[in-house]
Formats: sequence, structure tokens, C-alpha cells
Amino acid sequence: MSTFSRMHGLVKKEILQVVRDPSALLIAFLLPVVLLVINGFGVSLDARHMRVAVYVEAPAEQTREIMQALDASPYLSVVRIFSTTDGERLIGTGDVRGMLVLREDFSQRLARPARWPAQAQLIANGTDPNTARILEGYVGGALQTWLGNFAIEHRTPPEGGVALEHRYWFNQELQSADFIVPGVIAFVMSMTGTLLTALIVAREWERGTMEAMLASPAGMAEIIAAKLGCYFVLGMLSMGISVLMAVTVFAVPFRGSLLALGAAGALFLVFALALGLFISTLARNQFVAAQVAFIVTMMPAMMLSGMIFDIASMPRWLQIGTFLVPARYLVSILQTLFLAGTVWRLILPNLAGLAVAALLAIGATLAVTRRRLD
Amino acid sequence: MAELAALAGLRYAFPGVRGAPPQTALDGITATILAGEFTGVVGPDGAGKTTLLRLLAGLLRPGGGTVTVLGHDMATDAAAAHGDIGYMPQRFGLYEDLTVAENLSLFADLHGLAADVRVARVKRLLDFTGMAPFTARLAGKLSGGMKQKLGLACALLARPRLLLLDEPSVGVDPASRRELWGIVAAMLKEGAAEGMGVVWATAYLDEAERCGHVLLLHQGKLLAAGPPAAFLAPLDGRVFRLTVPEASRRAAARQAAANPAIADAAIEGDTLRLVLRAGAALPAPAALGGSALAKVAPRFEDGFVDRLATAPAPLPAEEAKRPDGDGKPMIEVRDLVRRFGDFTAVDHVSFAVARGEIFGLLGPNGAGKSTTFRMLCGLLAPSGGTAQVAGQNLLRAPAEARARIGYMAQRFSLYGELTVRENLAFFARIYGLSRKARADAIASALERFDLTAVAGDVSGDLPLGIKQRLALAAALLHGPDILFLDEPTSGVDPLTRRAFWARIGRLAEAGVTVLVTSHFMDEAEYCDQLAIISAGKMIATGTPAALRARVRTAALPEPTLEDAFIALVAASTQAVAA
Repeated sequence: MSTFSRMHGLVKKEILQVVRDPSALLIAFLLPVVLLVINGFGVSLDARHMRVAVYVEAPAEQTREIMQALDASPYLSVVRIFSTTDGERLIGTGDVRGMLVLREDFSQRLARPARWPAQAQLIANGTDPNTARILEGYVGGALQTWLGNFAIEHRTPPEGGVALEHRYWFNQELQSADFIVPGVIAFVMSMTGTLLTALIVAREWERGTMEAMLASPAGMAEIIAAKLGCYFVLGMLSMGISVLMAVTVFAVPFRGSLLALGAAGALFLVFALALGLFISTLARNQFVAAQVAFIVTMMPAMMLSGMIFDIASMPRWLQIGTFLVPARYLVSILQTLFLAGTVWRLILPNLAGLAVAALLAIGATLAVTRRRLD
Repeated sequence: MAELAALAGLRYAFPGVRGAPPQTALDGITATILAGEFTGVVGPDGAGKTTLLRLLAGLLRPGGGTVTVLGHDMATDAAAAHGDIGYMPQRFGLYEDLTVAENLSLFADLHGLAADVRVARVKRLLDFTGMAPFTARLAGKLSGGMKQKLGLACALLARPRLLLLDEPSVGVDPASRRELWGIVAAMLKEGAAEGMGVVWATAYLDEAERCGHVLLLHQGKLLAAGPPAAFLAPLDGRVFRLTVPEASRRAAARQAAANPAIADAAIEGDTLRLVLRAGAALPAPAALGGSALAKVAPRFEDGFVDRLATAPAPLPAEEAKRPDGDGKPMIEVRDLVRRFGDFTAVDHVSFAVARGEIFGLLGPNGAGKSTTFRMLCGLLAPSGGTAQVAGQNLLRAPAEARARIGYMAQRFSLYGELTVRENLAFFARIYGLSRKARADAIASALERFDLTAVAGDVSGDLPLGIKQRLALAAALLHGPDILFLDEPTSGVDPLTRRAFWARIGRLAEAGVTVLVTSHFMDEAEYCDQLAIISAGKMIATGTPAALRARVRTAALPEPTLEDAFIALVAASTQAVAA
């Protein structure tokens, strides 16, 4: 009876506080939207409409066709230049990503490929090697396409005989939003979940209300349960908003089961909320709690979860380290659910990882929160 | 009377931060707390009052000895006692986002009160505390006094056997302070049949006199325990009032304090309050610098000082003479107004302070003192009127004008991680003293303020009294002729307060103009002129003696400044209502 009465009082208090205090609502609802918008739109790995300068020393029928073929690619837009110096300048100012140079003898060589292979030179801005490589691929691809057509028109077999064909699985359109947004949802949840409880419990210490609670008959487990319960609901709503935004605003397809999504989100939230409680119990100060929450959630969730950087291409020791970052399990589950579907073989081990993380976080929190001030 | 709690050889030490040795907060306290009476836990800030109450509430684990509450050992079995303990922490423990009614409802839930009991008790407490009209107001929007009353109501809701109140009266206005005491006294009377008892922690020594039993703490040690009368008995016939010429009261206080027969000489308006050492013969009034001696009833503070002051305190050295003024007021405030939205924090306040005068702005928290202060310092633009210091508006004045001012903030604004010498060096630099002047000023400050022995100590770990000396030394490094003090001695022990004001007296005699803000009546006695501020308005101004005289009646022949404050505020509220 009295446990019920106490829980009733504690839960009602949490709800009233959440409703009255804009900071909790801002963290739960505005922060996810802002983070998704920034990361979803801002961190784009797409290379669309990359500007490439083309210098043709001796314009001819074939070079005009090449220009058209390049321009027809959705990934490239051609900037016509009339000297290589112009090209150098444009690369220097960053107006174009690279410069394609077709020499005077290009058309002549093309007519007799067996003796002198026709050469096209691509100069790319190497400051961003990733983009440079992508540019190389797209320009090469456009040239291949053109060469294929050329061969058909001229009834000669294309050089080398086999045209390279690209195909990308799961992210057919190479849209980085599809790949990144599920990761961002995991990032958003680790931030909001931890920050929610870290700040709010630290504030109770700061304002002395925790002291009053501890001197009352309410048990520590009851205080923690009431807090976790309320912020769990808030966190799940926050995840719902993020998923909805992913599907509507970023048009990321969702191919998996909602049940699996709910289970993964719930386990991860319990972990994040308990971690927040753990931090604020040790810090007891909103400023320090916020700082620690940022460092322990944001950095690993961003760097080591596979959200942006592929875990498979990390050094081996770091790959092992990522197993300590629960966000990686969630990222993996979310990417599977969004891009591939409900592949239980991939999802279950990650769910188990999340469950272990949640249990450890709750255990750690119960271990440090004694019913005492010292 | 039944025993509610027992402390036996109780010790507690805070763990040292960053390798520092642990700081002893309580050192071997043995005492009992009985039902049916107020037990006052009395002592200056840092004496260990809060630690003692937290140990009683089972929130800290004793470092040694035992705490037993209602038969439960609080180190192991605190949960069993929590249902019978009402605890009000110093910071109220209220949820500011919740309304008055919701806060009460939360505490009723926590204690598992049945619906009918809850309704009846909440109604009774609301009526009793006068909070009934404010049930829908957020706790964060209540005044200091009302927050205290709500905190008290929450702590009383479960009808605790042991009510623990940690400095419930700090920072609230004197009228609310008395009301709060009245509420608790009435509740105690009601609950006495059920064996209720109250522990009231306070730094106000006058509250100690009203307790049934007092535990006097000083630097973690139990200095004395017993009923107040037992403290005062040895002082009978040893406390006198000496009439002194108004102009030379500070000199007379020094003269009296230097007399070996006198244990304590404190300025009280235009008189000195003297405590004669036990067994000493009473000197002639003239030998003490006054004209007439009259015996008065001893007070708790006299007893405290008598116990602590075993040797005469060294007198502060004379201060360097400041430049003469031109006869105009050094600080002048005319029709000063400051609004925040539709709230008027300072409402047409006017006063002037002459050179070498100690002027006090007296009022409870939230009365508008700090706002006035900030406008004088040029940190806040007035909404109307003028605030001038040495003929200048500090909001626009050049740095040289600011350099004439020394400022000591309430929490001393020292860098806790720096040593005493490093703090002084820092303040000397920011005031732009030359290399030579800096070295001289620091050396002289260390010597004059008795800080040489602690020069290499990290200032954050120092006792309150030394921090206060350091803060004053830092504020005076550049030899200012105007000094602003913000509640300089609230919460320090009476001896430290006396030593502090003796220094300030010397400064005033050397021509330094001093402006003090305080909610602490004891600080007001040392002022030459006072302005009483309440709810943004200036209600009365005059010397402490004149203010007391204004409320003297046959029923109250010897009003204290607090009596004067309450009466003058009440009269002005009536005048507004009429």
C-alpha cells in the first residue's frame, strides 16, 4: 500500500516536472530534431553534381559527345574551360573538384586505338581523397558509358571487351542519408537518454530536493524506478519522432519489423538513462554532469558506433574496443532494420549486447546510489 | 521527558579533496535530544550544525561514535526511523516546478498518508501557516519566508516524532523569523502528547535563548550543552551598558576592550555593551571612555563570547589617513528606481553617506539591497534617479574612479584553488599596482591582517573567519577610500565579527567611507547611519539609537534593532493600506 502510494507520488511529481520544465521537453523533442537535421542534411557523403572542368585542346565530334556524356551523369556537372591555367585556378579556388584534359591527338588516337590508346587526363583535387576517388569513379564511368555507345555506333568491339558495371547493394542510389540517418537516430538516443537523467537528477542534488527525498521513507529503488519509468516514456517518444522524421523528411525506407525496433530502442534507452543516473549521482552538479554526459555518449557514439566510420576499416584493436560502445549494437540493428529488413541472425546478437549493457548500467547505478549523502 | 535521540562520541570528517587531509566537521559529540522541547543546535557557520542534522537524519555515516534515533542506530537502520523523522534541509527541499498543493501532496504520498488524514492535515497546516490562499502558486515563485513555511509544512505533514530544521530562519525577514518560530512552537505543543521534539539549527544566538536545551557548537566541538539559563547564570551581574559620547564610541570600544577587566566590549548604537571578566572589579566609567555604567540582563551572545574570549583580542593597527573630502557626500543616491519588467525592485530610494561614515542598508533578502548596490557599483543601469559615488556615475566613470572603491562580496569572491598570497597577488595585479607597490601592499596586508602564518595555504580550505580577513585584505590592497561590504559578517562567530568591525572602525576613522548591506541585525549596530529597506522602499533612516528610540514604548522599554525593524515595517505597511 505505502509503496504504491509512494510510487504514485513520485511518478506524479516527475510528470509534473517534465510538463512544467521546458528543458526536459527540449532535450526530448527539440534536440533529436535538431541533431537529425544537422546530421541528416549536413553530414552528407553524397557526391552529386560535382563540378568538373573539361579542357578540350582540339574540339571534334567525339569530344563533344564526351562532354555530353559527362554532363548527362547526375553526379557531374561540366564546366567548359579554354586553358589548363583556368582549370588550375578553378581547382585552387575550389570551384571545381577536378579537371579533365583531352589532348590535341585524342580524336586521332581514338580512330586507331590499337596503335596508340587514346588518353584522357584527369586531375583531381586531392585535399579530400574520398571525394577525389569518387570523382575518378564517376568520370571513368561516364567515359566507359560513352565508349560503349561509341563502339556500338562504329560497330567495333569496345576496348578490353568488358564494360565495368557498378552495383551497390542496400543503398542502391548511394544516398548517404539512407546510411547515416539510422546511425543518427542511435546517436540522438544516446545523447538525449543520458542527458535527460544526468541533468535532471543532478538538479535534484543541487536544489537539495534529493536530500529531502532521502530523509523521507521513500527507498532509493523507488526513486530510481520512478525516474527511469518517466524518462523511459519520454525517450521512447523521442525515438518515435526520430524514426518518423527519418521516414518522412529524409525518405529513408524502413524495411524491418517495428517490434524489433521497439525492443532495441527500449533496451538501449534503459542503458542510456541508467548511465545518466550513474553520472549525475557521482557528479551531483548539472554542469559537470552535462560535460561528462557529452563526453561519454557523444564521442563514442559518433566515432566508434559505425554511424559514420565503418568499423570494418578500423585497426583491429579499435574494432575490439567498439564492442564496449553500446551505441554500436543499436547502430547495427537500426541499419539492418532500415536498409535490409528483419534479419534476426544480425539483430539477435546485437540485442543481447544491448541487454548486457543495460543490466551493467543499472547495476552500476544501484551500486553508487546509496541512501546517503556521503 | 522521553529521549528521542542520543549521540555518543559522534565524529565526522569530510574526505580531503585532491590529497588534502580530511576536514573534521564534528569531533566527539555526546548529547541527548528530548521530546517536548526545542533543542537548539547553535553555532557560527562551519561549526558542524548541518553535519549534525544530516547524521541525525541518517544521511551520513558517522566516522565514529553512534547516532541513535528512536531506538534505531542510524548507521545501519536509518530506514526504520525515517517514517518518524521530519527533515527540512537548508535549501528547503521543495520542488520549485510544483505548486504548494502539489509539494504537500508529494510528501503525503511519500509518507503513505490515508486520504482522509491527508486532507485534514493539509488543510490544518495551510491554515496555520497562512498559505491557504497560495496553494496554486509554484513553490519557486514564493518569497523566502513563504518557502520556509512550505518546507516546514512538508516536514510536519507526517506528524514526525523528531523534527529536524536546518537553519530555517536564515535570510528571511525578522517578522517571518518570529512567525516561523511561533508555528513550530505551536506544533510542538500539539505534538508533545505524542512525544514530539524539535531540533532547530541556527546561527542566530538570540534564538538560542528561546530553546529549552542548547547544544553550542564551535569548530566541530560541543562547547556547552544545557538550558540557556545555565549559560547565562554565571554572567549575572557581569554585563553592563556604558554610555559613551556618540563621536568617540569606536575609540571608547577599543579603550574598553584593552582593559584587562573587560572580556567583551561591543558597540550597540550609542552605547557599549560590556562583559566583565569573572572575578574582576568593575572599572570606573571614565577609565573605559564613557560616562555612566548600568547593569543589564545577560544575553546568549555575552555567554558565548565569555566562553571563547579567554585572552584579550589584539587591537587592529591604525590605518593610513585617506585624503580629506570637500564636505560633499561621498555616496549619493537620489530617487533611485529599478524595474525588472513590471516588478519594481528599488522604488525611489534616496540617501547620502558622508566621508568616513559607516552606512548600513538593512533589509531582508529580496528587499532590493543588492539591486541598489549593483547600481551604485555601476553594474546595473537605473530605471530612474541617480546613484553617484565620489561625484561620479560609475556606469560611465573611468577606471580611476573605480579604483577608489574596494568591494568585498558576500561569498568573498576569492579563488579557492589559489593560496592566500596568490589571491592577494592576483587582486593587486588587477588593480594595476606597480611591481614595487604590489610587493609592498601584499607584505603589509599579510602582516596587518594577520595572514603571514597562512600565506602559503590554499584559501579554499581556510576557516570562514580567515577567508573573511583575506577578502577584506584583498579589497583594501589598492588603498581605496570607499569600501562596499555585502553581508560581511553574516554567519561568523561573534569574536570574528567583533574583530572585523574593529578593523572597519579604524578604516572609518582614517576617512574611508563604508557602505554595508545586511539582513543581519547584529551588523547594523556597528553602523553610524542606517536605512531600512523593505519591498524596494526605504522605510526609515537614522542612527541605530534613533531608530530604536522611535519604537520605544512602555511595554518595550529596551527595543532591539530587530524590534525596531519589525515595528517600522509594520507601520509603513499600515500607512500604505490607510
